Amino acid sequence: MIRRTISRPVRAAAALGVVALVAAGCTSNTPEAADTTSSDSQRAGSSNDDPGDKVTIGFSGPAADHGWLGAINSAAQAEAKKFSDVEFKAAEGTNDASQQIAQVETFINDKVDAIVLLPTDGAALTEVATKAMNAGIIVVNVDREFSTPFAARTTILGDNYGMGVSAGTYACKLVKDKNLTNPVIAEIAGIDALPLTQDRSKGFADALKGCNQTVDNRVAAEFTVESGEKVASNLLQAAPKIDIIWNHDDDQGVGVMAAFDNAKRNEFAFIGGAGSANAMRWIKEGKMEATVLYPPTQAADGVRLARLLAQDKSMSDLVQVAVPRRIVLDAPVVTKDNVEEYLPLGFES
Amino acid sequence: MSVETPRTSEEPAGTQEMAAPAATAGSGPSALSRFLGGSATRNLGLVIALVILCVVGLATAGERFGSFDNALTILRLAAVVGVVSVGMTFVICGGGIDLSVGAIVALSSVWATTLATQTMAEDIHWIVMVLTALLVGGACGLVNGLLVAYGKVAPFIATLAMLASARGLAELIAQRRTQIVRDRSFIDFFGGSVIGIPVLVIIFAIVAALGWVLLNRTTFGRRTLAIGGNPEAARLAGIKVERQTAYLYVLLGLACGLAAVMLMARTTTGTSTHGQLLELDTIAAAVIGGTLLSGGRGTIVGTVLGVLIFTTLTNVFTLNNVDTSTQNVAKGVIIVAAVLLQQRLAARRRST
Repeated sequence: MIRRTISRPVRAAAALGVVALVAAGCTSNTPEAADTTSSDSQRAGSSNDDPGDKVTIGFSGPAADHGWLGAINSAAQAEAKKFSDVEFKAAEGTNDASQQIAQVETFINDKVDAIVLLPTDGAALTEVATKAMNAGIIVVNVDREFSTPFAARTTILGDNYGMGVSAGTYACKLVKDKNLTNPVIAEIAGIDALPLTQDRSKGFADALKGCNQTVDNRVAAEFTVESGEKVASNLLQAAPKIDIIWNHDDDQGVGVMAAFDNAKRNEFAFIGGAGSANAMRWIKEGKMEATVLYPPTQAADGVRLARLLAQDKSMSDLVQVAVPRRIVLDAPVVTKDNVEEYLPLGFES
Repeated sequence: MSVETPRTSEEPAGTQEMAAPAATAGSGPSALSRFLGGSATRNLGLVIALVILCVVGLATAGERFGSFDNALTILRLAAVVGVVSVGMTFVICGGGIDLSVGAIVALSSVWATTLATQTMAEDIHWIVMVLTALLVGGACGLVNGLLVAYGKVAPFIATLAMLASARGLAELIAQRRTQIVRDRSFIDFFGGSVIGIPVLVIIFAIVAALGWVLLNRTTFGRRTLAIGGNPEAARLAGIKVERQTAYLYVLLGLACGLAAVMLMARTTTGTSTHGQLLELDTIAAAVIGGTLLSGGRGTIVGTVLGVLIFTTLTNVFTLNNVDTSTQNVAKGVIIVAAVLLQQRLAARRRST
């Protein structure tokens, strides 16, 4: 009896929700379709930065408890400020997926034009992003991918696999240049449960295969200085002699470097990842061999793309009328030779 | 129940201030016998677990595990968690809990490495940084203590609030950046070693020894166990339960401040991400070490063994190149195994 009385209103509510969703989907598609036809006039290449229709962009990302994420947030803010036609609403960064879902729901209720979303966890935010898309809001997915392509209009990603490949290829070059026979190669990964870490490691291993090498010792830290020091200390004990070390993340790299100094070990070539200002200074000083860039400007690019999409403009250097669905950024290697060029991009951590 | 009965008889003795110095003075042989007899029973399981770990380490990694350098690495890594765990043992023994230790470590490390503090340290001495960290840690502990003891806020809630706000304040002060310690002599001092033993390890040893004396050989220690075991009885016996409780949190706060200094030396930085999940590591170490979560019982030796088991475990895994997920599974299993072993041994000893 009781169960039935409860289930009826629930079922009714669910049905109502579905109707509402469908209705929202219907209404939302109309203005979008109407706008596309009128947008052709604005396609001219360099006029993209000229003030256009006023657009409201919501931004939500993880808590900036990490130098790279801090740089992501501030770069997005700064980029939005450059445009007089952008009203930028940044939600307080959070590492709690359910809180971030609530933030996106607020954006939907506020009827923003576009949402730039760097999810704490791509899969967890897919549902609500799809809801936003169905409500006619343009979603730009940054860095951590949703589990379905329907959840975002455009996805802009750093290349985690490519980062591993760049590091591995560079390691292979070192093996060849230094003529190392049977070198010991070590890897200090970030949070192992994250797909981005797995991608980086896979890229590294795949590239090493190219010169018949494998990772001899692998440890995983947690993107924090403290964890970097901890795992690196143990790693140095595990391998009495190392030739090449790749550390996924320059933030934890500060701790890794401290562990090297504590153990007075520097017989290896130390390759970093992400490209912090610290790492670039080490490269200049010769304390670090190289670092593989993972651009901290992705969310800023996301804001730009969201603005273009909301104003129905296209990317000026492409012949294609619409903004691409997916953009994967390059992961170049910064060494002593080109560090000056990349130093301005280095983020303080 | 059987565990608590002898304690209640000890309480009145603890309140007689005169008894303490007398006991400390003639404690030479009795301390040793008590150490071996009393706590060793409970700690035997832990020692066995640690020995098994070492045997596994030696068998799988050989010289790399057995080397003096590796032993120092393990001890150095154990030092930071160890110092906080000793403080945590006091708070738990006194019937409380502190979830904010990691956040306090973060805040202390950040406060002690701000530009202002570092500039002042350059002008005067790096001791300024140490004092700042201790002061901040102690102050946070005091707030916790006042809230719990006089505000009657449940320890779980009061320290949960501190966990959130201390880390938040650390982020505000550091602007979520990593602050590098510029003072080389600070790092050289704490990162250095005396007759081959790292200063961090020496600090850990001193803190553990002081903790042991404080808990086992002073009225302060007896009061701590008394208020944790039975606060009402302690009150009736004339112990100022509120004041004692507040002291315990301040003590732990100071330990956090010291741990922050040690972490600053090890990582050469102060940042708001320091000490993540430290509360879990320290509570786990204390509980594995035989500290009763409900208060009234606990040993420093057990806690130190608990910390060493954790650190050695990670070290052995890393030497064998085991991936993190497997490590976590094994860690869980070993924690339960160690506690079960310890309970069995304690039960057998009691029945014979």
